[in-house]
Amino acid sequence: MYVAVKGGEAAIANAHALLADRRRGDRQVPALGIEQIIQQLGLAVDRCMAEGSLYDRELAALAIIQSRGDLIEAIFLVRAYRTTLPRFGYSVPIDTANMLIERRVSATFKDLPGGQMLGPTFDYTHRLLDPVVAEGGDVAAPVRRPADPEQAPRVTDLLAHEGLIEPDTTHDDKPDIGDLTREPLQYPLDRDLRLQALARGDEGFLLALGYSTQRGYARTHPFVGEIRIGEVEVELDIAELGFAVSLGRVRVTECQMVNQFKGSAKVPPQFTRGYGLVFGQSERKAMSMSLCDRALRAREFGEDVVAPAQDEEFVISHLDNVQSTGFVEHLKLPHYVDFQAELDVVRRMRAEQETQKEAAE
Amino acid sequence: MTIEPRRLALNALAAAESAALAQHWTDWTEKPEFRALRGPETGLVMVRGRAGGGGAPFNLGEASVSRASVRLASGEVGHGYCLGRDLEKARLIAVFDALFQRDPERVEAEVLAPLRAVVSQGDQQRREESAATKVDFFTMVRGDV
Amino acid sequence: MDNLMLDGGFADPVMQAQQGFRALMDALANPGTIQQLALGLTPPAPLTPELAAVLLTLCDHDTGVWLEPDLATEAVTGWLRFHIGSPLNVARDQAQFAVLRDSNTLQLNGFSLGTDIYPDRSTTVIVAVPALSGGDALVLKGPGIEHSVEISPLGLPGDFLEQWAENRAQFPRGVDLLLVADGAVIGLPRTTRISGKDA
Repeated sequence: MYVAVKGGEAAIANAHALLADRRRGDRQVPALGIEQIIQQLGLAVDRCMAEGSLYDRELAALAIIQSRGDLIEAIFLVRAYRTTLPRFGYSVPIDTANMLIERRVSATFKDLPGGQMLGPTFDYTHRLLDPVVAEGGDVAAPVRRPADPEQAPRVTDLLAHEGLIEPDTTHDDKPDIGDLTREPLQYPLDRDLRLQALARGDEGFLLALGYSTQRGYARTHPFVGEIRIGEVEVELDIAELGFAVSLGRVRVTECQMVNQFKGSAKVPPQFTRGYGLVFGQSERKAMSMSLCDRALRAREFGEDVVAPAQDEEFVISHLDNVQSTGFVEHLKLPHYVDFQAELDVVRRMRAEQETQKEAAE
Repeated sequence: MTIEPRRLALNALAAAESAALAQHWTDWTEKPEFRALRGPETGLVMVRGRAGGGGAPFNLGEASVSRASVRLASGEVGHGYCLGRDLEKARLIAVFDALFQRDPERVEAEVLAPLRAVVSQGDQQRREESAATKVDFFTMVRGDV
Repeated sequence: MDNLMLDGGFADPVMQAQQGFRALMDALANPGTIQQLALGLTPPAPLTPELAAVLLTLCDHDTGVWLEPDLATEAVTGWLRFHIGSPLNVARDQAQFAVLRDSNTLQLNGFSLGTDIYPDRSTTVIVAVPALSGGDALVLKGPGIEHSVEISPLGLPGDFLEQWAENRAQFPRGVDLLLVADGAVIGLPRTTRISGKDA
């Protein structure tokens, strides 16, 4: 017998109202504004844009407020919104060598053209909670030092000519660059689709996998060749104009991971590379992405696939936090009928077991 | 008109703050009549990167983009594209693009040059703030050399 | 590009695209019914307002469109590039949408039929006919039709019924057909069985 269960509309409506109330909190406390979130919780906004896969600060900030600061819920809201918009086209690939740099460090090369710039980093802070921040105290303007616009070539380009580091893959652009928002994934994937999935993947998941490679699960001997954070132009070819124009700039974080590789029958010993590129300022994510990108290139380099981080289907199928949360959280929805059926099965199995026991005795 | 001046004009317009564009439009004397050909409307552009920074392209993620196309009463058609969901900004870019085809010198002097100055000033400030965090390595010599 | 070619698109894109979408959805959900599709478009000839209405409603940057060679004039391709942004140079068997003005020479084969796993990847064929009535009667049966329904579009090729039977035999693969004229559309999805009046 199938019993359809209906009802709960009033409870749902009231739950929405209660959620709205709890989200707003004490009305004596001023409501948060979009601009406050953008200015003062900028890295939460960046994470929401990166994993929501939509660069729009105002929307990300709104999502963060609406989700009460639950970032995965906020990312879900952003993903849902993007499905309502038409796509105007695909940008010219951004040129990270031509970046207004805010931070740029290399752990492998001390003296770089363009230098090492720490930028707005947490790295050298003492991780002491600061009561001055709690009081909303004044903050001094940053120090300035005369600077000329200068080129800061990517480290990997500087060293490629020695032949000791794997060069960039060829420029022969595939006519169809994979887009997982348009076509369902079919494994095995090309690197373009993997990079797209990684760029929007969950930071925590990628961080854990990246960490696992360091602890020996697919050891890749990584060094940070370079991390750079800053703004790059986004250009779009406009059909009605017949040329590409800049739409403005986006902030991105790029990580070039350099990995020792002992060579194979086809490839001489050299350094290979993993790549990370993420919307906004998110070094942890870009580094984790580059570790995972390199681990997932195992097949390409003829390495044995022995660890989770190298298992393409495992990594790519589980890195999306909206997908993951959907499937995990659906378990709390009514499964009354399924469960009833399972109960019957367990009762029957019990009865059979009893019968067998009695027969044996 | 050759492509390059128009391209640079559109780049400068897209880089401008919305409020600055609106102010230049308010200040523009003898405003032309114009009508919409398309939009203004908001959509998405898939932003691409390159594997390794210089290798094969891949899709990084989308960005919201607004666009508009207008025709001036005098016939020029202008197109405006910019990041974000600011429809009025897209419309003003299109209007100034159309005006630029009719009167490039005036648009350059009254709109583009001031907009470029603001952007380059902001960039320079950021550059100097970042430069102050540049590491000056020095080596400490220890013991006998 | 000649600036004059860009006029004549949607005046209110959101509302009009939704009206168009509703009409096309109803046309395909209720095969044989005539749905109004007059959206006030004035595309450059030889593109008709109805063909333009379908394209502006359904197509964008990601949908490959194949135009009958006589339709692919510079004026039409320039106008479509501006208003829908679709690639217009795709091969006939790769197109998601195909647009034909000359219904008498309609050939349903050669378009994309989709695959058994992805039957939705087939071509939707949009054909301008001289009129949606006044021709030989055709009897439609199948999903979305309670018993049967009659249509009588003008200008279909003599072997249309054989072509359609061949298309239906590929199910779940196969093309879907939209006939447009006089500010209206009739939808013929691949699931519809079509026979002559006497059959």
